[in-house]
Amino acid sequence: MFFQLMTSFAAAAGFGIIFNVPKNSILKCGFTGMVGWLIYIAFVEQRMDAVPASFIAAFFVALISHVFAKWYKTPVIIFTVGGIIPLVPGGLAYDAMRHFVINDYYTAIQLAAKVLLVAGAIAIGIVFSEVFNEIYKRMKMREDRM
Amino acid sequence: MTKNAVMREIEIREVCLLAGKIMLESGAETYRVEDTMVRIAASYGAESAESYVTPTAIIFTLEGEHPTKTKMIRIITRGTDLNKVALVNNLSREIHNGKWTVSEAYQLLKEIEKKNVTYPIWIQIFAAAIASACFVIMFGGRWGDFLPALIAGGIGYSWFIYIDRFVHIRFFSEFSASLFIASCAVSSVYFGFGEEVDKIIIGSVMPLVPGLLITNAIRDLMAGHLIAGLAKGAEAVLTAFAIGSGVAVILILFS
Repeated sequence: MFFQLMTSFAAAAGFGIIFNVPKNSILKCGFTGMVGWLIYIAFVEQRMDAVPASFIAAFFVALISHVFAKWYKTPVIIFTVGGIIPLVPGGLAYDAMRHFVINDYYTAIQLAAKVLLVAGAIAIGIVFSEVFNEIYKRMKMREDRM
Repeated sequence: MTKNAVMREIEIREVCLLAGKIMLESGAETYRVEDTMVRIAASYGAESAESYVTPTAIIFTLEGEHPTKTKMIRIITRGTDLNKVALVNNLSREIHNGKWTVSEAYQLLKEIEKKNVTYPIWIQIFAAAIASACFVIMFGGRWGDFLPALIAGGIGYSWFIYIDRFVHIRFFSEFSASLFIASCAVSSVYFGFGEEVDKIIIGSVMPLVPGLLITNAIRDLMAGHLIAGLAKGAEAVLTAFAIGSGVAVILILFS
Protein backbone atom coordinates (compact mmCIF):
# COMPACT_ATOMS: atom_id res chain seq x y z
CA MET A 1 0.00 0.00 0.00
CA PHE A 2 2.82 2.34 0.87
CA PHE A 3 4.39 1.80 -2.53
CA GLN A 4 1.04 2.41 -4.19
CA LEU A 5 0.88 5.77 -2.44
CA MET A 6 4.42 6.70 -3.43
CA THR A 7 4.14 5.63 -7.04
CA SER A 8 0.75 7.22 -7.65
CA PHE A 9 2.01 10.47 -6.20
CA ALA A 10 5.09 10.39 -8.41
CA ALA A 11 3.12 9.42 -11.51
CA ALA A 12 0.55 12.18 -11.09
CA ALA A 13 3.26 14.76 -10.38
CA GLY A 14 5.17 13.50 -13.42
CA PHE A 15 2.12 14.07 -15.56
CA GLY A 16 1.88 17.54 -14.09
CA ILE A 17 5.35 18.23 -15.46
CA ILE A 18 4.56 16.71 -18.88
CA PHE A 19 1.46 18.90 -19.15
CA ASN A 20 3.48 21.86 -17.94
CA VAL A 21 1.47 22.95 -14.93
CA PRO A 22 2.82 25.94 -12.96
CA LYS A 23 5.69 25.01 -10.64
CA ASN A 24 3.84 25.56 -7.38
CA SER A 25 1.00 23.27 -8.48
CA ILE A 26 3.06 20.13 -9.17
CA LEU A 27 2.89 18.76 -5.63
CA LYS A 28 -0.83 19.52 -5.35
CA CYS A 29 -1.30 17.70 -8.65
CA GLY A 30 0.53 14.70 -7.21
CA PHE A 31 -1.60 14.82 -4.08
CA THR A 32 -4.85 14.85 -6.04
CA GLY A 33 -3.66 11.90 -8.11
CA MET A 34 -2.62 10.00 -5.00
CA VAL A 35 -5.99 10.43 -3.28
CA GLY A 36 -7.88 9.43 -6.43
CA TRP A 37 -5.80 6.29 -6.91
CA LEU A 38 -6.07 5.39 -3.21
CA ILE A 39 -9.87 5.54 -3.36
CA TYR A 40 -9.91 3.52 -6.57
CA ILE A 41 -7.60 0.82 -5.22
CA ALA A 42 -9.45 0.62 -1.92
CA PHE A 43 -12.73 -0.11 -3.71
CA VAL A 44 -11.23 -2.49 -6.25
CA GLU A 45 -9.63 -4.50 -3.45
CA GLN A 46 -13.09 -4.87 -1.91
CA ARG A 47 -13.99 -6.65 -5.16
CA MET A 48 -15.93 -3.75 -6.56
CA ASP A 49 -16.13 -3.49 -10.34
CA ALA A 50 -13.75 -1.03 -12.05
CA VAL A 51 -16.63 1.06 -13.44
CA PRO A 52 -18.26 2.21 -10.17
CA ALA A 53 -14.83 2.44 -8.52
CA SER A 54 -13.63 4.82 -11.26
CA PHE A 55 -16.81 6.81 -10.87
CA ILE A 56 -16.32 7.33 -7.14
CA ALA A 57 -12.61 8.06 -7.47
CA ALA A 58 -13.21 10.59 -10.27
CA PHE A 59 -15.92 12.24 -8.19
CA PHE A 60 -13.53 12.81 -5.31
CA VAL A 61 -10.70 13.88 -7.58
CA ALA A 62 -12.90 16.57 -9.09
CA LEU A 63 -14.15 17.61 -5.67
CA ILE A 64 -10.61 18.09 -4.36
CA SER A 65 -9.68 19.91 -7.58
CA HIS A 66 -12.56 22.34 -7.11
CA VAL A 67 -11.47 23.07 -3.55
CA PHE A 68 -7.86 23.57 -4.64
CA ALA A 69 -8.92 25.72 -7.58
CA LYS A 70 -10.84 27.95 -5.24
CA TRP A 71 -8.05 28.18 -2.66
CA TYR A 72 -5.22 28.84 -5.07
CA LYS A 73 -7.21 30.69 -7.76
CA THR A 74 -6.08 28.45 -10.62
CA PRO A 75 -8.18 26.73 -13.29
CA VAL A 76 -9.69 23.42 -12.21
CA ILE A 77 -8.19 21.54 -15.16
CA ILE A 78 -4.68 21.85 -13.67
CA PHE A 79 -5.59 19.60 -10.76
CA THR A 80 -7.97 17.24 -12.51
CA VAL A 81 -5.33 16.30 -15.10
CA GLY A 82 -3.02 14.76 -12.53
CA GLY A 83 -5.86 13.13 -10.67
CA ILE A 84 -7.63 11.59 -13.64
CA ILE A 85 -4.65 10.13 -15.50
CA PRO A 86 -4.08 7.14 -13.18
CA LEU A 87 -7.76 6.20 -13.48
CA VAL A 88 -7.77 6.25 -17.28
CA PRO A 89 -8.25 2.69 -18.54
CA GLY A 90 -4.91 2.49 -20.36
CA GLY A 91 -4.25 -1.07 -19.30
CA LEU A 92 -7.69 -2.25 -20.38
CA ALA A 93 -7.36 -0.49 -23.72
CA TYR A 94 -4.04 -2.24 -24.25
CA ASP A 95 -5.56 -5.60 -23.39
CA ALA A 96 -8.40 -5.00 -25.83
CA MET A 97 -5.94 -4.08 -28.54
CA ARG A 98 -3.82 -7.16 -27.87
CA HIS A 99 -6.82 -9.41 -28.29
CA PHE A 100 -7.70 -7.70 -31.56
CA VAL A 101 -4.20 -8.43 -32.78
CA ILE A 102 -4.42 -12.14 -32.01
CA ASN A 103 -7.81 -12.32 -33.76
CA ASP A 104 -9.72 -12.95 -30.55
CA TYR A 105 -12.43 -10.44 -31.43
CA TYR A 106 -14.90 -11.85 -28.94
CA THR A 107 -12.80 -10.91 -25.91
CA ALA A 108 -11.51 -7.77 -27.59
CA ILE A 109 -14.97 -6.28 -28.10
CA GLN A 110 -15.86 -7.07 -24.49
CA LEU A 111 -12.76 -5.28 -23.25
CA ALA A 112 -13.33 -2.33 -25.58
CA ALA A 113 -16.86 -1.93 -24.25
CA LYS A 114 -15.42 -1.92 -20.76
CA VAL A 115 -12.93 0.79 -21.72
CA LEU A 116 -15.80 2.98 -22.94
CA LEU A 117 -17.76 2.35 -19.74
CA VAL A 118 -14.83 3.24 -17.52
CA ALA A 119 -14.12 6.42 -19.52
CA GLY A 120 -17.80 7.30 -19.25
CA ALA A 121 -17.78 6.64 -15.51
CA ILE A 122 -14.83 9.00 -15.05
CA ALA A 123 -16.59 11.72 -17.02
CA ILE A 124 -19.83 11.25 -15.10
CA GLY A 125 -17.90 11.42 -11.84
CA ILE A 126 -16.43 14.75 -12.87
CA VAL A 127 -19.79 16.13 -14.01
CA PHE A 128 -21.50 15.00 -10.80
CA SER A 129 -18.96 16.73 -8.65
CA GLU A 130 -19.38 19.89 -10.74
CA VAL A 131 -23.13 19.76 -10.14
CA PHE A 132 -22.39 19.24 -6.46
CA ASN A 133 -20.14 22.28 -6.47
CA GLU A 134 -22.76 24.35 -8.27
CA ILE A 135 -25.48 23.45 -5.77
CA TYR A 136 -23.15 24.26 -2.90
CA LYS A 137 -22.40 27.67 -4.44
CA ARG A 138 -26.11 28.41 -4.93
CA MET A 139 -26.90 27.49 -1.36
CA LYS A 140 -24.10 29.63 -0.07
CA MET A 141 -25.27 32.60 -2.16
CA ARG A 142 -28.78 32.23 -0.81
CA GLU A 143 -27.43 32.12 2.73
CA ASP A 144 -25.42 35.26 2.14
CA ARG A 145 -28.45 37.05 0.84
CA MET A 146 -30.49 36.20 3.89
CA MET B 1 -15.62 60.39 -31.05
CA THR B 2 -17.54 57.60 -32.76
CA LYS B 3 -14.43 56.57 -34.57
CA ASN B 4 -12.69 56.16 -31.23
CA ALA B 5 -15.53 54.06 -29.94
CA VAL B 6 -15.36 51.82 -32.99
CA MET B 7 -11.60 51.47 -32.55
CA ARG B 8 -12.12 50.56 -28.93
CA GLU B 9 -14.57 47.85 -29.85
CA ILE B 10 -12.13 46.40 -32.34
CA GLU B 11 -9.44 46.42 -29.67
CA ILE B 12 -11.67 44.65 -27.17
CA ARG B 13 -12.46 42.04 -29.78
CA GLU B 14 -8.77 41.46 -30.46
CA VAL B 15 -8.02 41.03 -26.76
CA CYS B 16 -10.83 38.50 -26.36
CA LEU B 17 -9.78 36.56 -29.44
CA LEU B 18 -6.13 36.45 -28.45
CA ALA B 19 -7.01 35.24 -24.96
CA GLY B 20 -9.24 32.55 -26.43
CA LYS B 21 -6.61 31.51 -28.95
CA ILE B 22 -3.88 31.08 -26.33
CA MET B 23 -6.16 29.10 -24.05
CA LEU B 24 -7.44 26.81 -26.76
CA GLU B 25 -3.97 26.15 -28.12
CA SER B 26 -2.80 25.25 -24.63
CA GLY B 27 -5.49 22.65 -24.04
CA ALA B 28 -8.16 24.46 -22.02
CA GLU B 29 -11.71 23.12 -22.03
CA THR B 30 -14.01 24.62 -24.67
CA TYR B 31 -16.57 25.93 -22.23
CA ARG B 32 -13.87 27.67 -20.21
CA VAL B 33 -12.58 29.43 -23.33
CA GLU B 34 -16.06 30.67 -24.24
CA ASP B 35 -16.65 31.78 -20.69
CA THR B 36 -13.37 33.68 -20.41
CA MET B 37 -13.88 35.50 -23.72
CA VAL B 38 -17.37 36.66 -22.83
CA ARG B 39 -16.22 37.67 -19.36
CA ILE B 40 -13.37 39.80 -20.67
CA ALA B 41 -15.75 41.52 -23.09
CA ALA B 42 -18.21 42.16 -20.28
CA SER B 43 -15.47 43.57 -18.05
CA TYR B 44 -14.70 46.14 -20.72
CA GLY B 45 -18.36 47.11 -20.88
CA ALA B 46 -19.40 45.47 -24.14
CA GLU B 47 -23.16 45.24 -24.29
CA SER B 48 -23.27 41.66 -25.43
CA ALA B 49 -20.76 39.20 -26.75
CA GLU B 50 -21.13 35.72 -28.14
CA SER B 51 -18.40 33.22 -28.75
CA TYR B 52 -18.52 29.88 -30.45
CA VAL B 53 -15.52 27.70 -29.80
CA THR B 54 -14.59 24.41 -31.42
CA PRO B 55 -11.19 22.72 -31.16
CA THR B 56 -10.28 24.03 -34.62
CA ALA B 57 -11.78 27.53 -34.78
CA ILE B 58 -13.12 30.41 -32.70
CA ILE B 59 -15.94 32.67 -33.85
CA PHE B 60 -16.48 35.77 -31.77
CA THR B 61 -19.09 38.48 -32.08
CA LEU B 62 -19.13 41.74 -30.21
CA GLU B 63 -22.27 43.81 -30.10
CA GLY B 64 -22.19 47.45 -29.10
CA GLU B 65 -23.80 50.68 -30.18
CA HIS B 66 -22.07 50.32 -33.51
CA PRO B 67 -22.56 47.70 -36.19
CA THR B 68 -21.91 44.21 -34.85
CA LYS B 69 -18.40 42.96 -35.37
CA THR B 70 -17.60 39.31 -35.95
CA LYS B 71 -14.27 37.63 -36.52
CA MET B 72 -13.18 34.08 -36.92
CA ILE B 73 -9.73 32.60 -36.28
CA ARG B 74 -8.33 29.20 -37.05
CA ILE B 75 -6.60 27.08 -34.43
CA ILE B 76 -3.95 24.98 -36.10
CA THR B 77 -1.72 23.64 -33.37
CA ARG B 78 -3.07 22.13 -30.21
CA GLY B 79 -0.93 21.07 -27.30
CA THR B 80 -1.05 20.90 -23.56
CA ASP B 81 0.53 23.78 -21.70
CA LEU B 82 -1.52 24.33 -18.59
CA ASN B 83 0.80 27.05 -17.36
CA LYS B 84 -0.44 29.36 -20.10
CA VAL B 85 -4.05 28.51 -19.30
CA ALA B 86 -3.37 29.54 -15.72
CA LEU B 87 -1.65 32.76 -16.82
CA VAL B 88 -4.53 33.83 -19.08
CA ASN B 89 -7.00 32.86 -16.39
CA ASN B 90 -5.15 35.07 -13.95
CA LEU B 91 -5.07 37.94 -16.41
CA SER B 92 -8.79 37.65 -17.06
CA ARG B 93 -9.40 37.86 -13.33
CA GLU B 94 -7.25 40.99 -13.12
CA ILE B 95 -9.10 42.50 -16.08
CA HIS B 96 -12.35 41.82 -14.29
CA ASN B 97 -11.02 43.74 -11.29
CA GLY B 98 -10.26 46.65 -13.60
CA LYS B 99 -6.49 46.41 -13.30
CA TRP B 100 -5.57 46.75 -16.99
CA THR B 101 -6.74 48.93 -19.85
CA VAL B 102 -7.55 47.32 -23.19
CA SER B 103 -4.21 48.02 -24.83
CA GLU B 104 -2.24 47.01 -21.73
CA ALA B 105 -4.11 43.72 -21.63
CA TYR B 106 -3.35 43.16 -25.30
CA GLN B 107 0.36 43.73 -24.70
CA LEU B 108 0.36 41.33 -21.75
CA LEU B 109 -1.42 38.66 -23.78
CA LYS B 110 1.12 39.04 -26.58
CA GLU B 111 3.86 38.48 -24.03
CA ILE B 112 2.15 35.37 -22.67
CA GLU B 113 1.73 34.02 -26.20
CA LYS B 114 5.42 34.41 -26.99
CA LYS B 115 6.63 33.28 -23.59
CA ASN B 116 8.21 29.88 -23.46
CA VAL B 117 7.45 28.75 -19.96
CA THR B 118 7.83 25.01 -20.50
CA TYR B 119 10.12 22.95 -18.34
CA PRO B 120 13.47 21.98 -19.87
CA ILE B 121 13.17 18.99 -22.21
CA TRP B 122 15.30 16.71 -20.02
CA ILE B 123 13.03 17.32 -17.03
CA GLN B 124 9.98 16.47 -19.13
CA ILE B 125 11.59 13.26 -20.36
CA PHE B 126 12.66 12.40 -16.84
CA ALA B 127 9.12 12.99 -15.59
CA ALA B 128 7.69 10.80 -18.34
CA ALA B 129 10.18 8.03 -17.50
CA ILE B 130 9.40 8.17 -13.78
CA ALA B 131 5.67 8.20 -14.44
CA SER B 132 6.00 5.17 -16.77
CA ALA B 133 7.91 3.19 -14.18
CA CYS B 134 5.49 4.14 -11.41
CA PHE B 135 2.54 2.97 -13.47
CA VAL B 136 4.06 -0.51 -13.65
CA ILE B 137 3.97 -0.75 -9.87
CA MET B 138 0.50 0.80 -9.68
CA PHE B 139 -0.91 -1.74 -12.11
CA GLY B 140 0.42 -4.57 -9.98
CA GLY B 141 3.69 -5.22 -11.79
CA ARG B 142 6.87 -6.44 -10.13
CA TRP B 143 9.78 -4.25 -9.07
CA GLY B 144 11.92 -6.09 -11.60
CA ASP B 145 9.99 -4.29 -14.33
CA PHE B 146 10.54 -0.86 -12.82
CA LEU B 147 13.85 -0.19 -14.55
CA PRO B 148 12.90 -1.53 -18.01
CA ALA B 149 9.74 0.61 -17.96
CA LEU B 150 11.77 3.63 -16.86
CA ILE B 151 14.09 3.20 -19.83
CA ALA B 152 11.39 2.29 -22.35
CA GLY B 153 9.17 5.17 -21.24
CA GLY B 154 12.04 7.65 -21.35
CA ILE B 155 13.23 6.56 -24.79
CA GLY B 156 9.70 6.44 -26.15
CA TYR B 157 8.80 9.89 -24.93
CA SER B 158 12.03 11.53 -26.10
CA TRP B 159 11.56 9.93 -29.52
CA PHE B 160 8.03 11.31 -29.57
CA ILE B 161 9.22 14.86 -28.81
CA TYR B 162 12.07 14.59 -31.32
CA ILE B 163 9.92 13.34 -34.20
CA ASP B 164 7.05 15.70 -33.40
CA ARG B 165 9.35 18.63 -34.26
CA PHE B 166 10.08 17.46 -37.80
CA VAL B 167 6.94 15.67 -38.84
CA HIS B 168 3.76 17.61 -38.34
CA ILE B 169 1.58 14.55 -38.52
CA ARG B 170 0.75 13.69 -34.95
CA PHE B 171 -0.30 10.19 -35.91
CA PHE B 172 3.13 9.30 -37.19
CA SER B 173 5.06 10.48 -34.12
CA GLU B 174 2.74 8.57 -31.80
CA PHE B 175 2.90 5.47 -33.97
CA SER B 176 6.68 5.42 -34.15
CA ALA B 177 7.07 6.18 -30.44
CA SER B 178 4.90 3.24 -29.46
CA LEU B 179 6.84 1.13 -31.96
CA PHE B 180 10.00 2.04 -30.05
CA ILE B 181 8.45 1.40 -26.66
CA ALA B 182 7.13 -2.01 -27.60
CA SER B 183 10.44 -3.11 -29.10
CA CYS B 184 12.30 -1.89 -25.99
CA ALA B 185 9.93 -3.89 -23.79
CA VAL B 186 10.13 -7.03 -25.92
CA SER B 187 13.91 -6.94 -26.16
CA SER B 188 14.38 -6.25 -22.44
CA VAL B 189 12.34 -9.33 -21.61
CA TYR B 190 14.17 -11.32 -24.30
CA PHE B 191 17.51 -10.52 -22.69
CA GLY B 192 16.21 -11.42 -19.24
CA PHE B 193 16.27 -7.82 -18.05
CA GLY B 194 12.53 -7.47 -17.47
CA GLU B 195 9.80 -9.94 -16.59
CA GLU B 196 6.39 -9.12 -18.04
CA VAL B 197 6.15 -7.56 -21.50
CA ASP B 198 2.52 -6.48 -20.99
CA LYS B 199 3.13 -4.52 -17.81
CA ILE B 200 6.19 -2.77 -19.22
CA ILE B 201 4.34 -1.73 -22.37
CA ILE B 202 1.24 -0.51 -20.51
CA GLY B 203 3.36 1.57 -18.14
CA SER B 204 5.62 3.14 -20.73
CA VAL B 205 2.81 3.92 -23.14
CA MET B 206 0.89 5.91 -20.51
CA PRO B 207 2.57 9.28 -21.24
CA LEU B 208 1.24 9.04 -24.81
CA VAL B 209 -2.25 7.78 -24.00
CA PRO B 210 -4.96 10.39 -24.72
CA GLY B 211 -6.69 9.90 -21.40
CA LEU B 212 -7.32 13.57 -20.85
CA LEU B 213 -8.75 13.98 -24.35
CA ILE B 214 -11.17 11.07 -23.92
CA THR B 215 -12.47 12.41 -20.64
CA ASN B 216 -12.65 15.98 -21.94
CA ALA B 217 -14.53 14.81 -25.02
CA ILE B 218 -17.19 13.07 -22.96
CA ARG B 219 -17.38 16.09 -20.66
CA ASP B 220 -17.91 18.42 -23.62
CA LEU B 221 -20.60 16.15 -25.02
CA MET B 222 -22.42 16.12 -21.71
CA ALA B 223 -22.19 19.91 -21.44
CA GLY B 224 -23.95 20.16 -24.81
CA HIS B 225 -20.88 21.16 -26.83
CA LEU B 226 -21.63 18.50 -29.37
CA ILE B 227 -19.27 19.55 -32.15
CA ALA B 228 -16.34 20.10 -29.78
CA GLY B 229 -17.01 16.78 -28.09
CA LEU B 230 -17.10 14.84 -31.33
CA ALA B 231 -13.98 16.55 -32.66
CA LYS B 232 -12.02 15.82 -29.49
CA GLY B 233 -13.33 12.28 -29.45
CA ALA B 234 -12.10 11.78 -33.01
CA GLU B 235 -8.68 13.12 -32.06
CA ALA B 236 -8.52 10.80 -29.06
CA VAL B 237 -9.56 7.76 -31.07
CA LEU B 238 -6.95 8.55 -33.70
CA THR B 239 -4.22 8.83 -31.07
CA ALA B 240 -5.31 5.61 -29.39
CA PHE B 241 -5.30 3.92 -32.78
CA ALA B 242 -1.79 5.16 -33.51
CA ILE B 243 -0.45 3.84 -30.22
CA GLY B 244 -2.34 0.59 -30.53
CA SER B 245 -1.15 -0.13 -34.04
CA GLY B 246 2.46 0.69 -33.12
CA VAL B 247 2.39 -1.85 -30.31
CA ALA B 248 0.46 -4.32 -32.45
CA VAL B 249 3.11 -4.34 -35.18
CA ILE B 250 5.79 -5.37 -32.68
CA LEU B 251 3.58 -7.96 -31.00
CA ILE B 252 2.76 -9.55 -34.35
CA LEU B 253 6.43 -9.62 -35.35
CA PHE B 254 7.57 -11.27 -32.12
CA SER B 255 4.77 -13.64 -31.23
